[in-house]
Amino acid sequence: MRQDARTPWFFLGPNLVIFGVFTFLPIVINLYYAFTGGVQLYPRDRPYVGFENLATLLDCGSYFDPSSCRKDIFWRAVWNTARFSVFQVSLMVLFSLGTALVLNRKIIGRGFWRGVYFYPVLLSPVVVALIWKWVLQREGLLNAGMVAAGANPVLWLAEPGWAFFWVIFVSIWAHMGFYTLILLAGLQAIPADLYEAAQMDRASPWRTLYRITLPLLLPNLLVVLVLAAIRAVQIFDEVFVLTGGGPGSATTFVVQFIYQTGFQEQVRLYGLAAAGSLLLALALVVLTLIQLRATRADKAGERAR
Amino acid sequence: MSAVTFLTRTRGRRALDWTDWLSYVYLALGLFLMFGPVLWLVMSSFKTESALTEFPPSFLPYGQKQVMVPGEDKPRPVYRVKLPDGSVRELPELRRIGLMATHVDPARPDEPIRVNINDREPVREFRLATENYSDLGGKFNFGLYLWNSVFITVVATILTLLFNSMAAFALSKYQFRGRGGVFLLILGTLMVPPAIVLVPNFLVVAELGLLNSLWGVIWPAVATPTGVFLLRQYMLTIPDELLEAARMDHASEWRIYWRIVLPLSAPALAVLAIFSTMWRWNDFLWPLIVLSKSEKFTLQLALNAFQGDLVTQWNYLLAMTVITLLPITLVFAFLQKYIAQGIASAGVK
Repeated sequence: MRQDARTPWFFLGPNLVIFGVFTFLPIVINLYYAFTGGVQLYPRDRPYVGFENLATLLDCGSYFDPSSCRKDIFWRAVWNTARFSVFQVSLMVLFSLGTALVLNRKIIGRGFWRGVYFYPVLLSPVVVALIWKWVLQREGLLNAGMVAAGANPVLWLAEPGWAFFWVIFVSIWAHMGFYTLILLAGLQAIPADLYEAAQMDRASPWRTLYRITLPLLLPNLLVVLVLAAIRAVQIFDEVFVLTGGGPGSATTFVVQFIYQTGFQEQVRLYGLAAAGSLLLALALVVLTLIQLRATRADKAGERAR
Repeated sequence: MSAVTFLTRTRGRRALDWTDWLSYVYLALGLFLMFGPVLWLVMSSFKTESALTEFPPSFLPYGQKQVMVPGEDKPRPVYRVKLPDGSVRELPELRRIGLMATHVDPARPDEPIRVNINDREPVREFRLATENYSDLGGKFNFGLYLWNSVFITVVATILTLLFNSMAAFALSKYQFRGRGGVFLLILGTLMVPPAIVLVPNFLVVAELGLLNSLWGVIWPAVATPTGVFLLRQYMLTIPDELLEAARMDHASEWRIYWRIVLPLSAPALAVLAIFSTMWRWNDFLWPLIVLSKSEKFTLQLALNAFQGDLVTQWNYLLAMTVITLLPITLVFAFLQKYIAQGIASAGVK
């Protein structure tokens, strides 16, 4: 029986229209914004300025010294994001790997323990931020503990170094369960006979870890690494509520720069915000390409098993 | 058999060795770290405004004891008062002027006792300040925020299920030119997170007249690459013979989709429904941009706005936070297994 060639397109229609209007069209418009100036939202009111927006963002004495840049806040945000991503991603992988290894042991009530680490993943970023803001406030639980231990209370979110530390801590707290789950699935896919063979050969637990578990888990670890990096580069919600980017600009990240420039300031510089988005997109494309390679390695690893 | 060996024996006859102990210590630490702050939040949300300012704070919510006094329409706070004759009694306060407070014995309401406020201290008892919750509706438009959040979550989830399953049906059950291209295109949108297209999407939504409308949050969210992928993978496992049999019986293509494929995909639809509910309930950045009028705020936006106020009324803010995390906690308690399966199969959250 011949089916009408239009039928599949009828079913695809709503999805494609929405993707077109809210994803593909905006990509094109974003380019238009990035190359036009002024404070008007409507495209026809915006004068063409060429590379001026990008040049404004990239105009720097030295890229390693934000205060030498024309848009110093942007470069502070870039460096904060880079520093945040490096620390957050490496610690995230480390902790979720450790947790997955523990959860993969013969423990009583594995489902329950897995749930414990997974619970914060479901909470909204705003709620996560408020939970920790309440613990970290001046007269909060942590400072009560500090006083009880004989130390002086600390303004955790008002000192740049501590604020940065807590932003990393809270984001790991909130998302670690997700990566733990992926790694746990990877661990459980490792054939049990390999471990039995290792036991026969009286391999030490460390040797088993280094020679069997980690090599076979490597593809999953790569996927987790890149996924976490893609998320880390886009960090915004939790931090915005927890610290508001402060103190000063100590925890201002790139997405917050885009939001502030385009939507929060009195003078809304859409062009500059769009140019910032463009640069962020570039970073994400690079990370995604790495992810595609990692996924391919993952598939190859599965075949090798 | 001693108690220790009994408690520590495992199914495999092997006793727990030190690595097992280390594992359980690690897990217990995790339990404390993951649930401790949440528990602290819930406890704090039942404290009165004045109890919240105490330092060091108490774990359980304590409030000042209150009793009814004849002739007063509201319960009065109770103090432990040192009387002029040296005895100490628990008496409710009637009123206070400057340094002197007037107390009274409820049994003898016509004999007021005046004491210096330095000679008394409040009597505290375990009390849940449920007024933090019951006041929310009247004081903060809380009902409206809740409604906005529920409306967005429910409508967006229904539309997500409908549109994504239609697309997944087309991609899994029809052979047509461009199928691979369309599938790649849809997956490609995974690479365009909302943060990248904030400005142009704002324009699109403004042009459609959807600024400060709940639909401005709903429409951009209902086509999800994750949903299409998840459902397509599941629908591929439905045998084509079922569809062919229905076509023999002259069923329309829509009927095949609606009456055969959709019911058979129920497990995958359930997973997507859970995910979509969480995504929409927890959304923050996009609603923050589209909804700027306070009567259109979702719960997340309201929480953000209140915590940014100059004078934050933490007792109400904490209660509101607890209500916001309640539905997600219920989802967690009852549907955790499905979420874990979804993540393991699609690798998305």
